[in-house]
Amino acid sequence: MPAFVSNSARLHLSRAGFARIALLPLALVATALFLLPMAKLVLVGATGDMGLAAYAAILLEPRYRASLISTVGLAAATTIAALAIATIAGLFLQRHRFPGRAVLIAMLTFPLAFPGVVVGFMIILLAGRQGLIGDLASRLTGEKIVFAYSIQGLFLGYLYFSIPRVILTIMAAVEKLDPALEEAARTLGAGPWAVHRDVIFPALGPAFVASGAIAFATAMGAFGTAFTLATNIDVLPMVIYTEFTLSANITMAAALSVGLGLVAWASLAFARSLSGGTVAAAG
Amino acid sequence: MRDRLIVAGQFLFTALVAAFLIVPAILSMLAGITVNYFRGIASGFTLQWVIQVWDLYSETIARSFLVAGAALLATLVIGVPAAYALIVRGGRLSRAVEEIITLPLAIPGLAIALALLLVYGGFSDFRRSWLFILAGHVIFTLPFMVRAVMAVLATIDVKTLDEGAASLGAGPWRRFRDVIVPNARPGILAGALSVVTLSLGEFNLTWMLHTPLTKTLPVGLADSYASMRLEVASAYTLVFFVMIIPLLVAMQLFADISSGSRSQA
Repeated sequence: MPAFVSNSARLHLSRAGFARIALLPLALVATALFLLPMAKLVLVGATGDMGLAAYAAILLEPRYRASLISTVGLAAATTIAALAIATIAGLFLQRHRFPGRAVLIAMLTFPLAFPGVVVGFMIILLAGRQGLIGDLASRLTGEKIVFAYSIQGLFLGYLYFSIPRVILTIMAAVEKLDPALEEAARTLGAGPWAVHRDVIFPALGPAFVASGAIAFATAMGAFGTAFTLATNIDVLPMVIYTEFTLSANITMAAALSVGLGLVAWASLAFARSLSGGTVAAAG
Repeated sequence: MRDRLIVAGQFLFTALVAAFLIVPAILSMLAGITVNYFRGIASGFTLQWVIQVWDLYSETIARSFLVAGAALLATLVIGVPAAYALIVRGGRLSRAVEEIITLPLAIPGLAIALALLLVYGGFSDFRRSWLFILAGHVIFTLPFMVRAVMAVLATIDVKTLDEGAASLGAGPWRRFRDVIVPNARPGILAGALSVVTLSLGEFNLTWMLHTPLTKTLPVGLADSYASMRLEVASAYTLVFFVMIIPLLVAMQLFADISSGSRSQA
Protein backbone atom coordinates (compact mmCIF):
# COMPACT_ATOMS: atom_id res chain seq x y z
CA MET A 1 0.00 0.00 0.00
CA PRO A 2 2.70 2.56 0.87
CA ALA A 3 4.32 1.86 -2.49
CA PHE A 4 1.06 2.70 -4.22
CA VAL A 5 0.64 5.95 -2.27
CA SER A 6 4.12 7.16 -3.04
CA ASN A 7 3.71 6.18 -6.67
CA SER A 8 0.46 8.10 -6.95
CA ALA A 9 1.95 11.08 -5.14
CA ARG A 10 4.88 11.12 -7.54
CA LEU A 11 2.49 10.89 -10.46
CA HIS A 12 0.55 13.82 -9.11
CA LEU A 13 3.63 15.91 -8.65
CA SER A 14 5.04 15.15 -12.06
CA ARG A 15 1.73 15.81 -13.71
CA ALA A 16 1.40 19.18 -11.99
CA GLY A 17 4.93 19.98 -13.07
CA PHE A 18 4.29 18.88 -16.62
CA ALA A 19 1.04 20.85 -16.76
CA ARG A 20 2.93 23.94 -15.67
CA ILE A 21 5.48 23.47 -18.43
CA ALA A 22 2.72 22.76 -20.95
CA LEU A 23 1.04 26.05 -20.06
CA LEU A 24 4.22 28.11 -20.27
CA PRO A 25 4.26 28.80 -24.04
CA LEU A 26 0.63 29.88 -23.91
CA ALA A 27 1.27 32.15 -20.94
CA LEU A 28 4.26 33.78 -22.65
CA VAL A 29 2.53 34.30 -25.99
CA ALA A 30 -0.73 35.55 -24.47
CA THR A 31 1.14 37.98 -22.25
CA ALA A 32 3.49 39.32 -24.91
CA LEU A 33 1.08 39.50 -27.82
CA PHE A 34 -2.23 40.20 -26.11
CA LEU A 35 -2.24 41.27 -22.45
CA LEU A 36 0.67 43.67 -22.73
CA PRO A 37 -0.59 45.31 -25.96
CA MET A 38 -4.14 45.62 -24.60
CA ALA A 39 -2.83 47.23 -21.40
CA LYS A 40 -0.83 49.66 -23.52
CA LEU A 41 -3.92 50.42 -25.61
CA VAL A 42 -5.92 51.34 -22.51
CA LEU A 43 -3.00 53.42 -21.23
CA VAL A 44 -2.42 55.26 -24.51
CA GLY A 45 -6.10 56.14 -24.62
CA ALA A 46 -5.80 57.70 -21.18
CA THR A 47 -2.48 59.50 -21.45
CA GLY A 48 -2.75 61.70 -24.54
CA ASP A 49 -3.04 65.49 -24.49
CA MET A 50 -6.61 65.12 -23.28
CA GLY A 51 -5.86 62.63 -20.51
CA LEU A 52 -8.86 60.62 -19.44
CA ALA A 53 -11.03 63.09 -21.34
CA ALA A 54 -10.30 61.04 -24.48
CA TYR A 55 -12.60 58.35 -23.12
CA ALA A 56 -15.25 60.92 -22.22
CA ALA A 57 -14.97 62.34 -25.75
CA ILE A 58 -16.46 59.10 -27.14
CA LEU A 59 -19.75 60.21 -25.60
CA LEU A 60 -19.31 64.00 -25.51
CA GLU A 61 -17.77 64.80 -28.91
CA PRO A 62 -20.72 64.92 -31.36
CA ARG A 63 -18.84 63.19 -34.20
CA TYR A 64 -17.82 60.19 -32.07
CA ARG A 65 -21.16 60.03 -30.32
CA ALA A 66 -23.01 60.03 -33.64
CA SER A 67 -20.74 57.25 -34.88
CA LEU A 68 -21.29 55.22 -31.70
CA ILE A 69 -25.05 55.62 -31.98
CA SER A 70 -25.20 54.69 -35.66
CA THR A 71 -22.90 51.68 -35.13
CA VAL A 72 -24.97 50.39 -32.20
CA GLY A 73 -28.16 51.06 -34.17
CA LEU A 74 -26.89 49.25 -37.25
CA ALA A 75 -25.63 46.31 -35.18
CA ALA A 76 -28.94 46.08 -33.28
CA ALA A 77 -31.02 46.25 -36.47
CA THR A 78 -28.82 43.59 -38.07
CA THR A 79 -29.18 41.35 -35.02
CA ILE A 80 -32.98 41.61 -34.92
CA ALA A 81 -33.36 41.04 -38.65
CA ALA A 82 -30.93 38.11 -38.65
CA LEU A 83 -32.74 36.50 -35.70
CA ALA A 84 -36.13 36.89 -37.38
CA ILE A 85 -34.92 35.49 -40.70
CA ALA A 86 -32.99 32.64 -39.09
CA THR A 87 -35.97 31.67 -36.92
CA ILE A 88 -38.37 31.40 -39.85
CA ALA A 89 -35.86 29.51 -42.00
CA GLY A 90 -34.51 27.41 -39.10
CA LEU A 91 -37.95 26.29 -37.94
CA PHE A 92 -38.90 25.39 -41.50
CA LEU A 93 -35.69 23.48 -42.20
CA GLN A 94 -35.85 21.43 -38.99
CA ARG A 95 -39.54 20.54 -39.31
CA HIS A 96 -39.66 19.43 -42.92
CA ARG A 97 -37.69 16.80 -44.78
CA PHE A 98 -37.55 17.30 -48.53
CA PRO A 99 -35.09 16.73 -51.38
CA GLY A 100 -32.53 19.50 -51.54
CA ARG A 101 -32.80 20.32 -47.84
CA ALA A 102 -29.12 19.58 -47.22
CA VAL A 103 -28.14 21.80 -50.15
CA LEU A 104 -30.28 24.62 -48.79
CA ILE A 105 -28.64 24.32 -45.36
CA ALA A 106 -25.19 24.27 -46.96
CA MET A 107 -26.06 27.43 -48.93
CA LEU A 108 -27.23 29.18 -45.78
CA THR A 109 -24.09 28.41 -43.80
CA PHE A 110 -21.49 28.56 -46.55
CA PRO A 111 -20.58 32.27 -46.20
CA LEU A 112 -19.53 31.65 -42.58
CA ALA A 113 -15.85 31.91 -43.42
CA PHE A 114 -16.04 34.83 -45.83
CA PRO A 115 -13.90 37.77 -44.75
CA GLY A 116 -15.74 41.10 -44.39
CA VAL A 117 -14.10 42.46 -47.54
CA VAL A 118 -15.51 39.63 -49.63
CA VAL A 119 -18.96 40.22 -48.11
CA GLY A 120 -18.66 43.87 -49.17
CA PHE A 121 -17.86 42.75 -52.71
CA MET A 122 -20.89 40.42 -52.70
CA ILE A 123 -23.05 43.47 -51.93
CA ILE A 124 -21.41 45.42 -54.75
CA LEU A 125 -22.29 42.58 -57.13
CA LEU A 126 -25.87 42.65 -55.88
CA ALA A 127 -26.53 46.35 -55.52
CA GLY A 128 -23.51 48.18 -56.93
CA ARG A 129 -23.15 50.13 -60.18
CA GLN A 130 -22.99 46.95 -62.27
CA GLY A 131 -25.10 45.01 -59.77
CA LEU A 132 -27.81 42.43 -60.35
CA ILE A 133 -30.60 44.39 -58.62
CA GLY A 134 -29.90 47.55 -60.61
CA ASP A 135 -29.75 45.53 -63.80
CA LEU A 136 -33.08 43.80 -63.15
CA ALA A 137 -34.71 47.05 -62.06
CA SER A 138 -33.58 48.93 -65.16
CA ARG A 139 -34.97 46.16 -67.35
CA LEU A 140 -38.29 46.15 -65.52
CA THR A 141 -38.84 49.81 -64.80
CA GLY A 142 -36.17 51.61 -66.81
CA GLU A 143 -34.73 52.97 -63.60
CA LYS A 144 -31.42 51.76 -62.20
CA ILE A 145 -31.23 51.12 -58.45
CA VAL A 146 -27.82 51.42 -56.81
CA PHE A 147 -27.67 51.25 -53.02
CA ALA A 148 -24.54 49.22 -52.20
CA TYR A 149 -22.71 52.30 -50.96
CA SER A 150 -25.52 53.61 -48.73
CA ILE A 151 -26.65 52.56 -45.26
CA GLN A 152 -29.04 50.04 -46.87
CA GLY A 153 -26.09 48.42 -48.61
CA LEU A 154 -24.13 48.30 -45.38
CA PHE A 155 -27.13 46.78 -43.59
CA LEU A 156 -27.46 44.15 -46.31
CA GLY A 157 -23.76 43.32 -45.95
CA TYR A 158 -24.04 42.97 -42.18
CA LEU A 159 -27.08 40.76 -42.66
CA TYR A 160 -25.09 38.66 -45.14
CA PHE A 161 -22.45 37.69 -42.61
CA SER A 162 -24.87 37.48 -39.66
CA ILE A 163 -27.42 35.02 -41.05
CA PRO A 164 -25.04 32.02 -41.27
CA ARG A 165 -23.76 32.69 -37.74
CA VAL A 166 -27.25 32.83 -36.25
CA ILE A 167 -29.00 30.11 -38.22
CA LEU A 168 -26.80 27.24 -37.00
CA THR A 169 -27.51 28.03 -33.34
CA ILE A 170 -31.24 28.44 -33.96
CA MET A 171 -31.44 25.16 -35.88
CA ALA A 172 -29.62 23.31 -33.11
CA ALA A 173 -32.05 24.79 -30.57
CA VAL A 174 -35.11 23.89 -32.66
CA GLU A 175 -33.88 20.31 -32.82
CA LYS A 176 -33.86 20.15 -29.01
CA LEU A 177 -37.43 21.46 -28.60
CA ASP A 178 -39.76 19.05 -26.87
CA PRO A 179 -42.63 18.25 -29.29
CA ALA A 180 -44.76 17.07 -26.36
CA LEU A 181 -45.05 20.64 -25.07
CA GLU A 182 -46.44 21.89 -28.39
CA GLU A 183 -48.73 18.91 -28.55
CA ALA A 184 -50.03 19.72 -25.07
CA ALA A 185 -50.60 23.37 -25.98
CA ARG A 186 -52.49 22.36 -29.10
CA THR A 187 -54.65 19.89 -27.18
CA LEU A 188 -55.50 22.70 -24.81
CA GLY A 189 -56.80 24.62 -27.79
CA ALA A 190 -53.93 26.96 -28.61
CA GLY A 191 -53.76 28.12 -32.23
CA PRO A 192 -50.54 28.06 -34.26
CA TRP A 193 -49.61 31.63 -33.33
CA ALA A 194 -50.30 31.04 -29.63
CA VAL A 195 -48.14 27.89 -29.72
CA HIS A 196 -45.28 29.88 -31.23
CA ARG A 197 -45.68 32.81 -28.84
CA ASP A 198 -46.16 30.84 -25.63
CA VAL A 199 -44.22 27.63 -26.23
CA ILE A 200 -41.71 27.73 -29.09
CA PHE A 201 -40.26 31.24 -28.80
CA PRO A 202 -39.74 31.07 -25.02
CA ALA A 203 -38.01 27.70 -25.44
CA LEU A 204 -35.74 29.23 -28.09
CA GLY A 205 -34.94 32.16 -25.77
CA PRO A 206 -31.43 31.05 -24.77
CA ALA A 207 -30.52 30.46 -28.43
CA PHE A 208 -31.83 33.94 -29.34
CA VAL A 209 -29.71 35.51 -26.61
CA ALA A 210 -26.55 33.53 -27.44
CA SER A 211 -26.64 33.91 -31.21
CA GLY A 212 -27.98 37.47 -30.99
CA ALA A 213 -25.01 38.48 -28.83
CA ILE A 214 -22.59 36.94 -31.32
CA ALA A 215 -24.29 38.72 -34.21
CA PHE A 216 -24.28 42.02 -32.34
CA ALA A 217 -20.63 41.81 -31.26
CA THR A 218 -19.51 40.78 -34.75
CA ALA A 219 -21.48 43.62 -36.35
CA MET A 220 -20.04 46.15 -33.88
CA GLY A 221 -16.48 45.22 -34.80
CA ALA A 222 -17.00 44.58 -38.51
CA PHE A 223 -14.46 46.53 -40.52
CA GLY A 224 -13.88 44.80 -43.86
CA THR A 225 -17.43 45.20 -45.17
CA ALA A 226 -17.62 48.91 -44.37
CA PHE A 227 -14.12 49.34 -45.80
CA THR A 228 -15.02 47.73 -49.14
CA LEU A 229 -18.30 49.58 -49.49
CA ALA A 230 -16.57 52.84 -48.47
CA THR A 231 -19.88 54.33 -47.44
CA ASN A 232 -20.27 57.84 -46.06
CA ILE A 233 -21.74 56.32 -42.88
CA ASP A 234 -19.06 56.42 -40.23
CA VAL A 235 -19.25 53.15 -38.36
CA LEU A 236 -16.97 53.06 -35.35
CA PRO A 237 -14.27 50.77 -36.83
CA MET A 238 -13.97 53.11 -39.83
CA VAL A 239 -13.64 56.13 -37.51
CA ILE A 240 -10.89 54.35 -35.57
CA TYR A 241 -9.13 53.54 -38.81
CA THR A 242 -9.27 57.11 -40.12
CA GLU A 243 -8.26 58.58 -36.75
CA PHE A 244 -5.23 56.32 -36.71
CA THR A 245 -4.07 56.50 -40.32
CA LEU A 246 -5.28 59.82 -41.70
CA SER A 247 -5.40 62.06 -38.64
CA ALA A 248 -2.61 60.25 -36.74
CA ASN A 249 -4.75 60.84 -33.65
CA ILE A 250 -3.43 57.78 -31.88
CA THR A 251 -4.88 58.66 -28.48
CA MET A 252 -8.40 58.93 -29.81
CA ALA A 253 -8.00 55.78 -31.94
CA ALA A 254 -6.89 53.90 -28.83
CA ALA A 255 -9.72 55.29 -26.68
CA LEU A 256 -12.32 54.47 -29.33
CA SER A 257 -10.88 50.95 -29.74
CA VAL A 258 -11.16 50.35 -26.01
CA GLY A 259 -14.74 51.63 -26.08
CA LEU A 260 -15.61 49.41 -29.04
CA GLY A 261 -13.94 46.39 -27.41
CA LEU A 262 -15.87 46.99 -24.20
CA VAL A 263 -19.25 47.17 -25.96
CA ALA A 264 -18.56 43.97 -27.94
CA TRP A 265 -17.20 42.13 -24.92
CA ALA A 266 -20.05 43.32 -22.67
CA SER A 267 -22.72 42.05 -25.05
CA LEU A 268 -21.12 38.59 -25.07
CA ALA A 269 -20.61 38.61 -21.30
CA PHE A 270 -24.23 39.65 -20.81
CA ALA A 271 -25.44 36.81 -23.01
CA ARG A 272 -23.28 34.36 -21.16
CA SER A 273 -24.52 35.48 -17.76
CA LEU A 274 -28.06 34.83 -18.99
CA SER A 275 -27.52 31.54 -20.77
CA GLY A 276 -24.64 30.12 -18.75
CA GLY A 277 -22.98 28.61 -21.81
CA THR A 278 -19.91 29.75 -23.66
CA VAL A 279 -20.56 32.47 -26.17
CA ALA A 280 -17.96 33.89 -28.48
CA ALA A 281 -17.90 35.93 -31.64
CA ALA A 282 -15.62 35.01 -34.49
CA GLY A 283 -14.40 36.66 -37.61
CA MET B 1 -54.97 23.92 -48.04
CA ARG B 2 -54.12 26.86 -45.83
CA ASP B 3 -51.40 24.85 -44.11
CA ARG B 4 -49.86 23.89 -47.43
CA LEU B 5 -49.81 27.54 -48.45
CA ILE B 6 -48.00 28.44 -45.24
CA VAL B 7 -45.45 25.69 -45.77
CA ALA B 8 -44.95 26.80 -49.39
CA GLY B 9 -44.47 30.37 -48.18
CA GLN B 10 -41.88 29.25 -45.63
CA PHE B 11 -40.04 27.28 -48.29
CA LEU B 12 -40.06 30.26 -50.64
CA PHE B 13 -38.77 32.53 -47.88
CA THR B 14 -35.96 30.12 -46.98
CA ALA B 15 -35.02 29.67 -50.63
CA LEU B 16 -34.94 33.46 -51.09
CA VAL B 17 -32.59 33.89 -48.12
CA ALA B 18 -30.34 31.14 -49.52
CA ALA B 19 -30.41 32.88 -52.90
CA PHE B 20 -29.42 36.18 -51.29
CA LEU B 21 -26.31 34.47 -49.90
CA ILE B 22 -25.40 32.30 -52.85
CA VAL B 23 -26.31 34.32 -55.94
CA PRO B 24 -23.64 37.03 -55.48
CA ALA B 25 -21.00 34.33 -54.87
CA ILE B 26 -21.98 32.66 -58.15
CA LEU B 27 -22.04 36.05 -59.91
CA SER B 28 -18.51 36.75 -58.77
CA MET B 29 -17.27 33.38 -59.96
CA LEU B 30 -18.91 33.96 -63.34
CA ALA B 31 -17.64 37.52 -63.59
CA GLY B 32 -14.12 36.27 -62.99
CA ILE B 33 -14.19 34.18 -66.16
CA THR B 34 -16.35 36.43 -68.36
CA VAL B 35 -14.76 38.51 -71.13
CA ASN B 36 -16.88 41.54 -70.33
CA TYR B 37 -19.19 41.39 -67.34
CA PHE B 38 -21.11 44.48 -68.42
CA ARG B 39 -22.10 42.78 -71.65
CA GLY B 40 -22.78 39.55 -69.75
CA ILE B 41 -21.75 35.95 -70.34
CA ALA B 42 -22.74 36.37 -74.00
CA SER B 43 -19.35 38.05 -74.42
CA GLY B 44 -17.77 34.65 -73.82
CA PHE B 45 -15.54 33.02 -71.25
CA THR B 46 -11.86 33.64 -70.70
CA LEU B 47 -9.07 32.85 -68.28
CA GLN B 48 -7.28 36.14 -68.95
CA TRP B 49 -8.47 37.70 -65.68
CA VAL B 50 -7.36 34.72 -63.63
CA ILE B 51 -3.96 34.89 -65.34
CA GLN B 52 -3.77 38.61 -64.66
CA VAL B 53 -4.57 37.96 -61.00
CA TRP B 54 -1.84 35.36 -60.91
CA ASP B 55 0.68 37.83 -62.37
CA LEU B 56 -0.35 40.65 -60.04
CA TYR B 57 -1.13 38.86 -56.81
CA SER B 58 0.45 35.38 -56.70
CA GLU B 59 2.83 36.71 -54.05
CA THR B 60 -0.08 37.56 -51.72
CA ILE B 61 -1.52 34.06 -52.18
CA ALA B 62 1.80 32.44 -51.32
CA ARG B 63 2.18 34.70 -48.29
CA SER B 64 -1.29 33.84 -47.04
CA PHE B 65 -0.41 30.15 -47.16
CA LEU B 66 2.86 30.86 -45.38
CA VAL B 67 1.11 32.79 -42.60
CA ALA B 68 -1.67 30.20 -42.29
CA GLY B 69 0.84 27.33 -42.14
CA ALA B 70 2.96 29.11 -39.55
CA ALA B 71 -0.13 30.03 -37.52
CA LEU B 72 -1.18 26.37 -37.60
CA LEU B 73 2.24 25.25 -36.40
CA ALA B 74 2.29 27.85 -33.64
CA THR B 75 -1.23 27.09 -32.42
CA LEU B 76 -0.44 23.34 -32.41
CA VAL B 77 2.74 23.78 -30.40
CA ILE B 78 1.22 26.30 -28.00
CA GLY B 79 -2.41 25.27 -27.95
CA VAL B 80 -2.48 21.46 -27.68
CA PRO B 81 -0.25 21.17 -24.57
CA ALA B 82 -2.07 24.13 -23.04
CA ALA B 83 -5.48 22.51 -23.63
CA TYR B 84 -4.26 19.34 -21.90
CA ALA B 85 -2.86 21.33 -18.98
CA LEU B 86 -6.06 23.35 -18.59
CA ILE B 87 -8.14 20.14 -18.52
CA VAL B 88 -6.00 18.23 -16.00
CA ARG B 89 -5.44 21.23 -13.72
CA GLY B 90 -9.02 22.49 -13.73
CA GLY B 91 -9.94 24.98 -11.03
CA ARG B 92 -10.33 28.72 -11.00
CA LEU B 93 -6.93 29.56 -12.46
CA SER B 94 -7.54 27.38 -15.51
CA ARG B 95 -10.90 29.00 -16.08
CA ALA B 96 -9.30 32.43 -15.81
CA VAL B 97 -6.63 31.46 -18.36
CA GLU B 98 -9.28 30.10 -20.73
CA GLU B 99 -11.25 33.31 -20.26
CA ILE B 100 -8.25 35.49 -21.13
CA ILE B 101 -7.23 33.60 -24.24
CA THR B 102 -10.82 33.65 -25.58
CA LEU B 103 -11.00 37.44 -25.21
CA PRO B 104 -9.62 38.01 -28.74
CA LEU B 105 -12.87 36.50 -30.02
CA ALA B 106 -14.88 39.25 -28.35
CA ILE B 107 -12.57 42.19 -29.03
CA PRO B 108 -12.66 43.55 -32.60
CA GLY B 109 -9.55 42.73 -34.64
CA LEU B 110 -8.94 46.40 -35.30
CA ALA B 111 -8.42 47.05 -31.57
CA ILE B 112 -6.04 44.10 -31.19
CA ALA B 113 -4.04 45.21 -34.23
CA LEU B 114 -3.82 48.75 -32.91
CA ALA B 115 -2.62 47.42 -29.55
CA LEU B 116 0.08 45.34 -31.26
CA LEU B 117 1.17 48.37 -33.28
CA LEU B 118 1.46 50.52 -30.17
CA VAL B 119 3.81 48.05 -28.46
CA TYR B 120 5.78 46.56 -31.35
CA GLY B 121 5.38 49.12 -34.15
CA GLY B 122 8.71 50.66 -33.18
CA PHE B 123 10.69 47.45 -33.78
CA SER B 124 11.00 48.15 -37.47
CA ASP B 125 12.49 44.81 -38.56
CA PHE B 126 9.67 42.94 -36.87
CA ARG B 127 7.09 45.49 -38.05
CA ARG B 128 8.18 45.09 -41.66
CA SER B 129 8.24 41.29 -41.73
CA TRP B 130 5.40 38.82 -42.22
CA LEU B 131 6.04 37.66 -38.67
CA PHE B 132 4.19 40.75 -37.46
CA ILE B 133 1.07 39.56 -39.26
CA LEU B 134 1.68 36.07 -37.88
CA ALA B 135 1.67 37.47 -34.33
CA GLY B 136 -1.83 38.85 -34.87
CA HIS B 137 -3.07 35.66 -36.49
CA VAL B 138 -1.74 33.47 -33.66
CA ILE B 139 -3.55 35.54 -31.02
CA PHE B 140 -6.75 35.47 -33.09
CA THR B 141 -6.72 31.74 -33.95
CA LEU B 142 -5.26 30.28 -30.75
CA PRO B 143 -8.59 30.13 -28.86
CA PHE B 144 -10.09 28.02 -31.66
CA MET B 145 -7.37 25.40 -31.29
CA VAL B 146 -7.40 25.40 -27.49
CA ARG B 147 -11.17 25.18 -27.26
CA ALA B 148 -11.52 22.49 -29.92
CA VAL B 149 -8.94 20.29 -28.17
CA MET B 150 -10.39 21.00 -24.73
CA ALA B 151 -13.88 20.07 -25.97
CA VAL B 152 -12.66 16.63 -27.05
CA LEU B 153 -10.53 16.05 -23.95
CA ALA B 154 -13.49 16.97 -21.75
CA THR B 155 -15.55 14.13 -23.25
CA ILE B 156 -12.96 11.45 -22.45
CA ASP B 157 -11.63 10.56 -19.03
CA VAL B 158 -8.20 12.10 -19.43
CA LYS B 159 -7.17 11.61 -15.83
CA THR B 160 -7.83 7.87 -15.82
CA LEU B 161 -6.08 7.42 -19.16
CA ASP B 162 -3.15 9.43 -17.91
CA GLU B 163 -2.93 7.53 -14.62
CA GLY B 164 -3.23 4.22 -16.41
CA ALA B 165 -0.29 5.08 -18.64
CA ALA B 166 1.65 6.37 -15.64
CA SER B 167 1.09 3.15 -13.70
CA LEU B 168 2.67 1.34 -16.64
CA GLY B 169 5.72 3.50 -16.12
CA ALA B 170 5.33 6.12 -18.86
CA GLY B 171 6.80 9.54 -18.10
CA PRO B 172 4.73 12.71 -18.51
CA TRP B 173 6.08 13.61 -21.94
CA ARG B 174 5.52 10.09 -23.30
CA ARG B 175 2.01 10.02 -21.84
CA PHE B 176 1.24 13.29 -23.53
CA ARG B 177 2.64 12.17 -26.88
CA ASP B 178 1.39 8.57 -26.94
CA VAL B 179 -1.86 8.78 -24.99
CA ILE B 180 -3.24 12.31 -24.89
CA VAL B 181 -2.46 13.51 -28.42
CA PRO B 182 -3.91 10.42 -30.19
CA ASN B 183 -7.06 10.68 -28.09
CA ALA B 184 -7.39 14.40 -28.80
CA ARG B 185 -6.98 13.92 -32.55
CA PRO B 186 -10.56 14.85 -33.59
CA GLY B 187 -10.23 18.11 -31.65
CA ILE B 188 -6.81 18.83 -33.07
CA LEU B 189 -8.09 18.28 -36.60
CA ALA B 190 -11.16 20.45 -36.07
CA GLY B 191 -9.01 23.15 -34.49
CA ALA B 192 -6.48 22.97 -37.34
CA LEU B 193 -9.20 23.40 -39.97
CA SER B 194 -10.56 26.46 -38.13
CA VAL B 195 -7.11 27.99 -37.72
CA VAL B 196 -6.18 27.63 -41.39
CA THR B 197 -9.58 28.83 -42.66
CA LEU B 198 -9.65 31.84 -40.35
CA SER B 199 -6.05 32.78 -41.05
CA LEU B 200 -6.50 32.61 -44.82
CA GLY B 201 -9.50 34.95 -44.62
CA GLU B 202 -8.33 37.29 -41.86
CA PHE B 203 -8.62 40.95 -42.84
CA ASN B 204 -9.47 43.17 -39.85
CA LEU B 205 -6.16 42.63 -38.10
CA THR B 206 -4.08 42.12 -41.19
CA TRP B 207 -5.08 45.35 -42.86
CA MET B 208 -3.57 47.28 -39.94
CA LEU B 209 -0.52 45.04 -39.58
CA HIS B 210 0.54 44.71 -43.22
CA THR B 211 3.06 46.79 -45.12
CA PRO B 212 3.17 47.22 -48.93
CA LEU B 213 5.68 44.37 -48.96
CA THR B 214 3.72 42.01 -46.71
CA LYS B 215 0.28 41.93 -48.33
CA THR B 216 -1.82 38.82 -47.80
CA LEU B 217 -4.65 37.55 -50.00
CA PRO B 218 -7.52 39.37 -48.25
CA VAL B 219 -5.46 42.58 -48.23
CA GLY B 220 -4.89 42.14 -51.96
CA LEU B 221 -8.62 41.51 -52.39
CA ALA B 222 -9.46 44.84 -50.71
CA ASP B 223 -6.88 46.43 -53.00
CA SER B 224 -8.42 44.96 -56.13
CA TYR B 225 -11.98 45.88 -55.05
CA ALA B 226 -10.90 49.49 -54.76
CA SER B 227 -8.73 49.83 -57.84
CA MET B 228 -9.24 47.02 -60.37
CA ARG B 229 -11.95 46.38 -62.92
CA LEU B 230 -14.80 44.18 -61.75
CA GLU B 231 -13.61 41.15 -63.75
CA VAL B 232 -10.16 41.16 -62.13
CA ALA B 233 -11.62 41.65 -58.65
CA SER B 234 -14.00 38.76 -59.36
CA ALA B 235 -11.26 36.49 -60.67
CA TYR B 236 -9.26 37.19 -57.51
CA THR B 237 -12.31 36.38 -55.39
CA LEU B 238 -12.73 33.18 -57.43
CA VAL B 239 -9.16 32.19 -56.52
CA PHE B 240 -10.00 32.80 -52.87
CA PHE B 241 -13.14 30.67 -53.10
CA VAL B 242 -11.22 27.84 -54.73
CA MET B 243 -8.82 27.91 -51.77
CA ILE B 244 -11.38 28.23 -49.02
CA ILE B 245 -14.26 26.01 -50.18
CA PRO B 246 -12.46 22.66 -49.77
CA LEU B 247 -11.62 23.71 -46.20
CA LEU B 248 -15.23 24.64 -45.53
CA VAL B 249 -16.47 21.34 -46.94
CA ALA B 250 -13.94 19.43 -44.84
CA MET B 251 -15.09 21.34 -41.75
CA GLN B 252 -18.73 20.54 -42.53
CA LEU B 253 -18.06 16.84 -43.10
CA PHE B 254 -15.99 16.73 -39.97
CA ALA B 255 -18.69 18.42 -37.90
CA ASP B 256 -21.22 15.88 -39.21
CA ILE B 257 -18.99 12.96 -38.27
CA SER B 258 -18.18 14.20 -34.79
CA SER B 259 -21.75 15.22 -34.04
CA GLY B 260 -22.75 11.69 -34.95
CA SER B 261 -20.37 10.19 -32.44
CA ARG B 262 -21.07 12.67 -29.65
CA SER B 263 -24.40 13.68 -28.24
CA GLN B 264 -23.79 17.40 -28.56
CA ALA B 265 -22.53 19.15 -31.67
